[in-house]
Amino acid sequence: MEVLHAVFAAPFLDMADDPVFFLEVVIGGLMSGVMYSLVALGFVLIFKASGIFNFSQGVLALFAALTLVGLMTGTMPFSLQKVLPEFPPILAIALTILVMIGIAFLIERIVLRPLVNQSDMITFMSTIGIAFVLEGIGDTMWGSDVKVLDIGIPSGNWVIGEMYIQIFDLWATAIAGILVIVLAVFFQKTRTGRALRAVADDHQAALSVGIPLKTIWVVVWSVAGLVALVGGIMWGSKSGVQFSLSLIALRALPVLIIGGLTSIPGAIIGGVIIGVGEKVSEVYWGPLVNGAIENWFAYILALIVLLFRPQGLFGEKIIERV
Amino acid sequence: MLYREAGQFKKSYEADAAIFPIAQDRWVVMVFVAILFLGVPLVASEYIYQAILVPVLIYSIAALGLNILTGYCGQLSLGTGGFMAVGAVSCYKLTTAFPEMNLIVVLLLSGVITAGVGVIFGFPSLRIKGFYLAVATLAAQFFLNWLFNKVAWFQNYTPSGTLTMPPREVFGVLVTGAEALPRDRYLFCLALAVVLGLAACNMVRGPVGRGWMAIRDMDIAAELIGFRPFNTKLLAFSVSSFYIGIAGALAFGVWLGSVETAEAFDINQSFQVLFMIIIGGLGSILGSFIGAAFIVLTPIVLTNLMVYGLGLEAVTAKHFEFIFFGSLIILFLILEPNGMARLWQIGKEKLRLWPFPH
Repeated sequence: MEVLHAVFAAPFLDMADDPVFFLEVVIGGLMSGVMYSLVALGFVLIFKASGIFNFSQGVLALFAALTLVGLMTGTMPFSLQKVLPEFPPILAIALTILVMIGIAFLIERIVLRPLVNQSDMITFMSTIGIAFVLEGIGDTMWGSDVKVLDIGIPSGNWVIGEMYIQIFDLWATAIAGILVIVLAVFFQKTRTGRALRAVADDHQAALSVGIPLKTIWVVVWSVAGLVALVGGIMWGSKSGVQFSLSLIALRALPVLIIGGLTSIPGAIIGGVIIGVGEKVSEVYWGPLVNGAIENWFAYILALIVLLFRPQGLFGEKIIERV
Repeated sequence: MLYREAGQFKKSYEADAAIFPIAQDRWVVMVFVAILFLGVPLVASEYIYQAILVPVLIYSIAALGLNILTGYCGQLSLGTGGFMAVGAVSCYKLTTAFPEMNLIVVLLLSGVITAGVGVIFGFPSLRIKGFYLAVATLAAQFFLNWLFNKVAWFQNYTPSGTLTMPPREVFGVLVTGAEALPRDRYLFCLALAVVLGLAACNMVRGPVGRGWMAIRDMDIAAELIGFRPFNTKLLAFSVSSFYIGIAGALAFGVWLGSVETAEAFDINQSFQVLFMIIIGGLGSILGSFIGAAFIVLTPIVLTNLMVYGLGLEAVTAKHFEFIFFGSLIILFLILEPNGMARLWQIGKEKLRLWPFPH
């Protein structure tokens, strides 16, 4: 009886007792959900356009953030000495974008082109290989110590009544929102966007109407690199640029599954669901089981969603034929 | 010249259905196993046992398990580390709760417990497929590791949370604990690996394995011709988890001796075993062994080459190791997506025709 009370009644009573705190928890969850979505977006983009489950997205974010910090502090690659001029943030970001496009080009040329027409499992494994290589290169180029990333996003708290909201989180949400709108416009309104959607629908049909698959893949990996950069900046400014940044990919996977692997809005909504669910359950139910349920809560939630909707909430319905 | 099957007539169904129908294959395998049992203990040092031979054997068993699930039944799983942890914890709880129990019984029971857990986490596979399933199996990985870390009962309430294997004997020979000789540990693992390998070999070429492969190749079609997906998939999950559980129990009890489950069986273990079966060969028993040997040996060789050969610092060498390892995986996937077992097969076919090209 006591167990039932502790699980099903007490947390809700706590919520009702202190609605302001509950709201704070929910808003905190919303914000971290947006951060998850930033990473999940990169996965969805590549999966939609090429059917490749890109495991290296987290490492791409880490690599982008490392490059950005390196440029901003004027570090010489490979020697770790600060001899170059320090770039201002805008210029450093522009240069990092160039680097990410270069990486997209290399990945397409060296890894993906020889693997055309291989099974999904093989391409998935190859992205794990890419993750290893990028991680090694990033560490050799820029060193593996924890770095501080500060591109001038304001911090501090914003007080409404009794509630505290971190201004940084608001910025993160705003930037994620802008990113999604830009991506949506890019996909719906531009020539390249149309080509991308065509490729996602059917590789062969796209090829036969004259859409160059190779270019498309470079574009899509570049866009994923850009999303990774934004994700890397946000996560890096929040918790420092270090190896653990690449592990956020593992946090983004359940987001992806809940939203559906092929849906961009799904990635956002999935992120929000998981962010809020994670925070609320950690605060109200976590103490019952000694806490730290954040690590698996999202996965179990994803599992439950999958049992009812095997393609995720917003994914395309899977039609099977013999 | 040497590798010819001419003149080897099969006079019974048993001979036709043998695992190695060609006499030369049979001899090579027998001689190889004999060398492993009799020759290796004469020359191997303690370092070779602990750093190479024992881990290769244990990972081979784990790779066999994952290959049954992923290579033969087509269900991608990233929960291997979690299932190995189940095996390790069951082994620990059983040995400490029943000190009289024979170690072999303990290992088998650990396998059975892991199989049960595997079936529970295999249920979603009836509805979920492909990468969705892979992420669902990650749930097993994270949840199980958290469970063993947080619930003190699993660690027998030790304050440090470290599981330590008490010394145990098999047929009067000590194989676990600090006092056990590396040679005995090796021979114990080898015997288990051979038995489990043979069992897997026979399973996958019988009706059970045909069911798995039918499900892998196209599950709806398999269902239509009369394989029950429910039984077939869950059987694959349970057999696979049984192997992985035994591997986890061995890794904890015989190889490492004391572990912290959350660290020893983390997500990287899952990826390592997956690498093994992809590089070794999906859907190949031989590939599981080759892949395990390759993945265990490569980092050791690379580190030795770079630290002692080129005189690099250990940290830099670690980074280079990442780069090499990643490139090697990509290279392998591009050159031979079917794994090293396929290379072996091509070699054998060439040898059969030699010295003619066709």
